[in-house]
Order: sequence, then C-alpha cells, then structure tokens
Amino acid sequence: MDLYEYQAKELFATHGVTTQVGKVVSTPADAQKAAAEFNCAVVVKAQVKTGGRGKAGGVKLANNAAEALEKAKNILGLDIKGHIVKKILITPAEDIKEEYYVSFLLDRTNRTFLSMASVAGGMDIEEVAATTPEKLAMIKIDPLTGVDNNKALEISVAAGIPVEVQKDVAVLIEKMWKLFVATDATLVEVNPLVRTNDDRIVALDGKVTLDENANFRHAENENFVDTENVDPLETAAKAKDLNYVKLDGSVGIIGNGAGLVMSTLDVVAYAGEKFGGIKPANFLDIGGGASAQVMADGLGIILSDPAVKSVFVNVFGGITACDEVANGIIQAIEILKSGSNYVQRPIVVRLDGNNAEEGIRILKEAKPENVEIVDTMDNAAARAAQLAAGVK
Amino acid sequence: MAILLNANSKVIVQGMTGSEGKKHTERMIKSGTKIVGGVTPGKGGQSLEVAGQNVPVFNSVQEAMAATGANVSVVFVPPKFAKAAVVEAVDAVMPLVVVITEGIPVHDTAHFFTYAQKSGKTRIIGPNCPGIISPGLSNAGIIPADITTKGSIGLVSKSGTLTYQMMYELRDLGFTTAIGIGGDPIIGTTHIDALREFENDPDTKAIVMIGEIGGDAEEKAAEFIKANIKKPVVAYVAGFTAPEGKTMGHAGAIVSGSSGTAEAKKVALEKAGVKVGKTPSETALLLRAAIK
Repeated sequence: MDLYEYQAKELFATHGVTTQVGKVVSTPADAQKAAAEFNCAVVVKAQVKTGGRGKAGGVKLANNAAEALEKAKNILGLDIKGHIVKKILITPAEDIKEEYYVSFLLDRTNRTFLSMASVAGGMDIEEVAATTPEKLAMIKIDPLTGVDNNKALEISVAAGIPVEVQKDVAVLIEKMWKLFVATDATLVEVNPLVRTNDDRIVALDGKVTLDENANFRHAENENFVDTENVDPLETAAKAKDLNYVKLDGSVGIIGNGAGLVMSTLDVVAYAGEKFGGIKPANFLDIGGGASAQVMADGLGIILSDPAVKSVFVNVFGGITACDEVANGIIQAIEILKSGSNYVQRPIVVRLDGNNAEEGIRILKEAKPENVEIVDTMDNAAARAAQLAAGVK
Repeated sequence: MAILLNANSKVIVQGMTGSEGKKHTERMIKSGTKIVGGVTPGKGGQSLEVAGQNVPVFNSVQEAMAATGANVSVVFVPPKFAKAAVVEAVDAVMPLVVVITEGIPVHDTAHFFTYAQKSGKTRIIGPNCPGIISPGLSNAGIIPADITTKGSIGLVSKSGTLTYQMMYELRDLGFTTAIGIGGDPIIGTTHIDALREFENDPDTKAIVMIGEIGGDAEEKAAEFIKANIKKPVVAYVAGFTAPEGKTMGHAGAIVSGSSGTAEAKKVALEKAGVKVGKTPSETALLLRAAIK
C-alpha cells in the first residue's frame, strides 16, 4: 500500500524523522489560508501516488499567500500520469544548501533489506544509478541485527555526506530504519533529504509503502486506505473479499489461483489478437474454495462492468472440486437472474482436474442460460474472445 | 530418485490440529506420505485420528523430531504465528521446512529466512506456496497427488494452480518432483536452487520452469541455466497483460517501472537458449519436442 507524501510525513513526525509536516488542503482558498498562517514563502505540492510531479508542474514555490492561491488553482485538477490531483500539501519553503537521497527497501534479489544513499539527491535516483553509480551507496541490511548508530554512520559515510553533517544525517537514518521496522514498510524513501543553510537536516519529501500482509498488527493502517481514487468495481470487490483488478478490455475473467488467472489474461489477449485486439476486462482470483456464493459474488462484479461482452470461467480443480464449481456457476446465475439489473452475457466455462467430468456433466444437464463448455484453456480463451468480438 | 523429498522422508505438520492442517494431513497420508507427527503447542501427548492413522501430537518441533526422526516439516500455522513456528523448526535443526501459509508479513519472512541461512542446516520452501511432491513417493503440502504419477520431468513454479495445470498437461509423462516455490517477494527456495537439484538428479530428463511477473528471479535463473544446466529446460511466464503498479494476487506479482515484466523475463530466458511457451499448453508441447 503506497502512502501519499503527507501521510508519509505524518509517520516521519511520529517517529522522530525531522520533516515539514505542513498542511494538506483540497481547495485554492484553503491553500491561501494555510500560506497566510505560515506567513512565509511556501511550497505547493500535488499529492499523487506517482513520481515525476516536479516535471509535470505539480510542485511550485509561492512567495506569499496570494501566489499560493494561484499556484493551487493551477495544480489542483492537474493530470499527472493519469492521477488527478485532488489534494495539495502546503509547507514552508526551506533555504537549501545541499540535497541528499536516503532509502530503505526490500531487496528481493538478495532476499534481505537494502539501504541506498547518495549525496546526489533531489533528482531521479534511477538516473543517478544509471549515469553516476559511484555516487549511490548500496548497503545490505541484516534483518536480524538491523541498523544501529554505527550502521547508520556507515551508510552516511558511504553516501559521501560531508563530514560536518555526517552524524546528524546518521541520526536521521537510524530513525528511518526504526520507522521502516515499526510500520512493516517495504519502502521508506526520502528524496531530497536536505541540508539547510543553517545546517539542519530535514526530510523534504517522503515515500512510504506498507506491507498489507502486516495489517493484522497495524490497526492504524485503515486510515491510509484510499477510498477516493479507487475504481468503484474494485471497491465493491474488496467489500466482498475478492481479489479483483479492473483492466480495460471486454472479456470478464474468473479463475482460481493468482498464477492461473494471470495466465488466463495472457491467453485471452493472445487469442484476442485474431479478433481485432480483444482484451481481458479484469483479473479475478476466487481462490481455493470456490463456493456458489463466491462464484455469484465474482460473476456479479464482472457482469456489473458494462465493458464486459463475454465471460471466461477458467478453473483447474486442485483442491477445489469441479462439481462444486459447476453447482456454484448454476446457483450464481440463479442468484444474479433474480436481481434487478441482470444483463445476460455469454459465459464460457473450462473445467479440468479434480472431478472435472462430474462438473461438466452437471452443467450439461442443468443447461444454464448462455453457458458454453469448452474443453481446453486455449480453445475456451479463443471462444470467449470470439464472443466478445460479437461473432456467434 | 527425486529431489529434496523421497519415500524415506518423515514428515511432521506444524499446525496439524487446525482445520487446514487436518484436511491436508489427511490428503498427504492418503497419497502415501509418511506423516509421523504433528506439532501444536499445548496439545502435546494427544493424538489425532487422520485417515485411519493415529498421528501423535507434540508440543514442540524438537520433541517431535526426537520421538520420530522427522526430517521434513510442513507449516500450516496462521500468518501471525508463522515466524515463531519456522524459527522453532530452524532451532530444532529441521532439514526441510515447507511453509504453506499465505499472507505472512515480509519482515517476518526476511527474519526467518536469514535465520535459516545463518544456521546453514535448514532449507525453507515457500512461504505462500503449494509445497513439494515427488509423485508416488511423498507429498509435503497441498499439491493434489492424483493429477499424475512418477515420471521423468522436473517442475519448478512460482504459482500453485499453474503447477497443477502443467502437471495435468504432461500427466502421461509423469514427474520426478514438482516444487511450488511460492509467489512472495522473499522465498526460501528459488528457481535456481531447484534447477541445480534437477540437474543433479539422474532420473530427471527435462525441466519445466514456470515464472511470473515481479522481481528478477527468472532473469537470474536464465543466467544460471546458460552456465550450468545441460538438460533440456522449457519455460512459461505469466503476466504479459499485467499493468504497471497493480498487484496481481501474489504479493510479489507486481510490475514496477521497467523491471519485472513478463517480456523482459521471456527475452532473458530465450537468450539463454530456453524455449518459452505462449500458453501452458504450448509450453507442454515444447517440452515434448525437447525430449524427442
């Protein structure tokens, strides 16, 4: 779960990482008011969960409250890589002497944690890594021993932080690590970490990604759930505990197991090339025990997407028995038909594995409306794509 | 022969008395696995009647190992307690720990993985995986045992259901061993670990590798195959249509920036001489062609 800058900075403040919390607002008038209260030059920053805000015109300096009003008007509503700016953060401007970069992150390749740090902060860190890799220190962190003040100093020195502020930066690095552990983060990044003209060390920006698997020990994470910028179908699916991701095609997909569903999307897109680029409309993994209710919930979500022209139910019965899946499909269609806004769409079903013969027999006997059984995954994908293209 | 798990493997189940633990213990016994005990703290001394067999329950992994000579543990413990359970198994010097549990915080996995690595005595498979099966010999986890039989193919996969699908596609050939290594960002056994074992196993004639988006494990595996594997390897990668920044079910299955894409993995594997199928069925055909 990615946090907004203002949320990351609130966490920084709670964990003693020196920062400018500022004020988050959603109207130009409130931006003006906030700037007036600070009574100094301020920075107006778009709150979006994507990089490259500065380049897109989402970060502006305002010398006074009147300017803050103007800048806020320009930034609110801006489209930054598909993210519409709805909130802006107003912080007092700092006099910057130098800009650094510090982060802690999950290092999948080495199956541990990693700290990256550099004196070349303020710019895109991937660019630093590509053009001047000698300026980017990368230090493995042992999850069992973590980061104490010695390790923090090692990072600070390796990054090439000037000797006058090396220790102050190390103090902040150690606090960042504590935050990383305490919040179960997979990324804590400060870019830039600035040295002010009066030699204070301040986190001017912040990026935090939290591990949703750890939500059971962080009740407070509920406050970070973004309800505004999520697709309504994804919200509805989440309420029913379904693992659903909205995509932009026209073949609705239901399957069991993340890998099989991902593969189903690919196979449909591949088959869809022959029909003018038919694509999958969603990712939906109904998991192991595909009960009738789960199948009904899943089909319900998919059929409420007007972009869906056909549905492909792709199940490999491992633990799940295919006869239960077949009964689930039949009952799901009954449940949906009794609802008010049910619109029929053809459903292609492929069942293999545990009790597949029985499942197919049940479907053939019950003959639910608009359901077609196809024998293999590739053939079923082709049929679903064909139906979505309007070919009978 | 098979890798990591064979007819002599003595298996205990951590979390056997829970509903999932019990259900799968029954399935494992029915598929011929030597289940010698279960571990549930506080329930030591009891026994559980499973599939017509009386399975003793122990308070700790250490007790279970001392009493039964167990050398494999399968972990069904809920996410909250999984770290403690794995650490306990490592402390007891359990050689192989298969962690089925889904949803373990990655900080916990980082901890127990590093802990096991430092011990140098315990191999972890998973977490968030279907486990490992050597058909006809032993089954440690939740892979259905009746898809196929003993044969000559080795399979290593990030995904559970794709493991089943591929075993089904090649059910006439059969498998020495199939390992589901799991789709989490940190896993105990990698594609490379499994490839190395299959290369050294005289009964494995060819290898199927299944990857998915996220991380660079497939790219690393490609380098490893080029340098070290002489047996035929074919591969399948899932997630070509996954959009950037959206997690596709597995915690690790996310494309960030230009890294971790299915296309990049396919290119890396093909550069290493590995044929990559567009669908699971096509991959199965490539395997058949490779062993002709």
